[in-house]
Amino acid sequence: MNAVTTTAPLNLGAVRWTGFKTIVIREFGRIIRIWGQTIVPSAVTAVLYFAIFGSLIGRRVGAMGGFDYKQFIAPGLIMMSVITNSYGNVVASFFGAKFGKHIEELLVSPLPNWVIVGGYAAGGVVRGLLVGATVTVVSLLFTHLHIHHLGVVFAALLLTSVTFGLGGFLNALFAKNFDQVNWIPAFVLTPLTYFGGVFYSVDLLPDWARTLSYFNPILYMVNAFRYGFLGVSDVGVGTAFILMAGAAVVLFGAAVLLMDRGTGTRD
Amino acid sequence: MNALSVRGLTKTYRNGVQALKGVDLDVEQGDFFALLGPNGAGKTTLIGIMTSLVNKTSGEARVFGHDIDRELEAAKACIGVVPQEINFNLFETPYTIVVNQAGFYGIPRPVARERAEKYLKQLQLWDKRNGISRGLSGGMKRRLMIARALMHEPRLLILDEPTAGVDIEIRRSMWDFLREINDRGTTIILTTHYLEEAETLCRNIAIINGGRIVERDNMSSLLRRLHVETFVLNLRDALTEAPELGAAYVVRLVDDHTLEVEVSKDDNLNDIFARLSTLGVEVLSMRNKVNRLEEIFIRLVEGRGTDDGRPALDTRAAAGAAR
Repeated sequence: MNAVTTTAPLNLGAVRWTGFKTIVIREFGRIIRIWGQTIVPSAVTAVLYFAIFGSLIGRRVGAMGGFDYKQFIAPGLIMMSVITNSYGNVVASFFGAKFGKHIEELLVSPLPNWVIVGGYAAGGVVRGLLVGATVTVVSLLFTHLHIHHLGVVFAALLLTSVTFGLGGFLNALFAKNFDQVNWIPAFVLTPLTYFGGVFYSVDLLPDWARTLSYFNPILYMVNAFRYGFLGVSDVGVGTAFILMAGAAVVLFGAAVLLMDRGTGTRD
Repeated sequence: MNALSVRGLTKTYRNGVQALKGVDLDVEQGDFFALLGPNGAGKTTLIGIMTSLVNKTSGEARVFGHDIDRELEAAKACIGVVPQEINFNLFETPYTIVVNQAGFYGIPRPVARERAEKYLKQLQLWDKRNGISRGLSGGMKRRLMIARALMHEPRLLILDEPTAGVDIEIRRSMWDFLREINDRGTTIILTTHYLEEAETLCRNIAIINGGRIVERDNMSSLLRRLHVETFVLNLRDALTEAPELGAAYVVRLVDDHTLEVEVSKDDNLNDIFARLSTLGVEVLSMRNKVNRLEEIFIRLVEGRGTDDGRPALDTRAAAGAAR
């Protein structure tokens, strides 16, 4: 073997880029390895939503926002799967790495914390996009999807999955056991998603509830995404993108800061 | 240049435990260095600080001249670490684990694949490369962690009890492998509870106890400071009582075919054999009662030293207490 005994200058840029790619490749490998847990459930859930809410109940609901109800809920269902999966991927993977101690593989490496955070968030994006694509295919089995603005669709998908991937990272940093991994998705994420305009337009709500809904960040994500498909939105699309970008930046900064402090990873 | 240089390193955990109380330590480039100490002495904390798994409280540390406060990435790039506990993903394959680890150090994937083959073959894991790591034996898991640590070909390899739970045959082959790595220029810091391992492999040694370095010396000179050794002699014929070898020697009859003789470093074994021969006692074989380094280690961690703070290393009492 050839042990390195001389001082070679460290190309930090190359090390960071290779390290980032490796984290993403590893996350992709994990998603594919356990596809029955990562991809399939969202597809099954989407089929159930379309069958029950779309075909059975939706027939009686009629038009929503000027569109067939199934068409109206399709972007929301896709976005809901992206939110839960990008969040779930990072929280499960990072907490699993903490629990199994293999997070140390990264902590002892020369990768700075912002690369580690970015790599895990990108893993969340990969899962979000894979599941989003799967649910889109499922949606096409039940309804026709018109695309109003492809750029808005992708930008909303990307920003949402980054934001929730980073949210999952923060959850995993603080979590001390598996219960704490599930608290946020069960008691915060799911209610916010259901009240985030996935199944209805906020125009249907009484004033106080509509006002309250505007404090729900998921409302902006779902509506920005819906605008990309249908060209209609309950909120200003520009405002939605500013909020999503702002949330991503703040969460990224918080995650890196906490990693630098060693919160949840180092003593 | 020193591979590792530590000055005034302290660590106090949140629960108030002071794991390191001002450690100063230098390890020369190319050395095979033993860092020994009882459980809780501070070895793993010291290693944790070097590898940034533990935040230090105060002090300075440099790895090949790179300050871990100012040039952490460069310092970490020099280090490969084999931790005490298994810390790879048990659901990944050995091949994936080592290739990914290389990636975390910036090694391009084609190079990582070549190195994976080289190190997995050298550590006799190539046949297991595509199985789930959870199915590996304890010894294989340890070897996998060594292969993983070598993937970026570090200049400093830190091994925290690498052979714990490994059978003798594999341990010996791991020793040969580590010697080879060291011969080719990699500095190695080894912590182990197998003192024979440290004595066999290492050229220099530090003993840490209670968060402080209590001894730092060349291995051979440290062993020479051992004043008394106890030898166990196996006899051809049975004896009923210990033979009289004179006032210079303490002799005990362990059983009818086994004698224990304490020998000062000023005495010589020829004299003992001559006296036994005169008495008609035939010796079939002889061995040290305990490993020499073990005798010194016990003495040091018991905290018995001379007035100037140097340990006396007269192990007559200490060795007896340890048995």
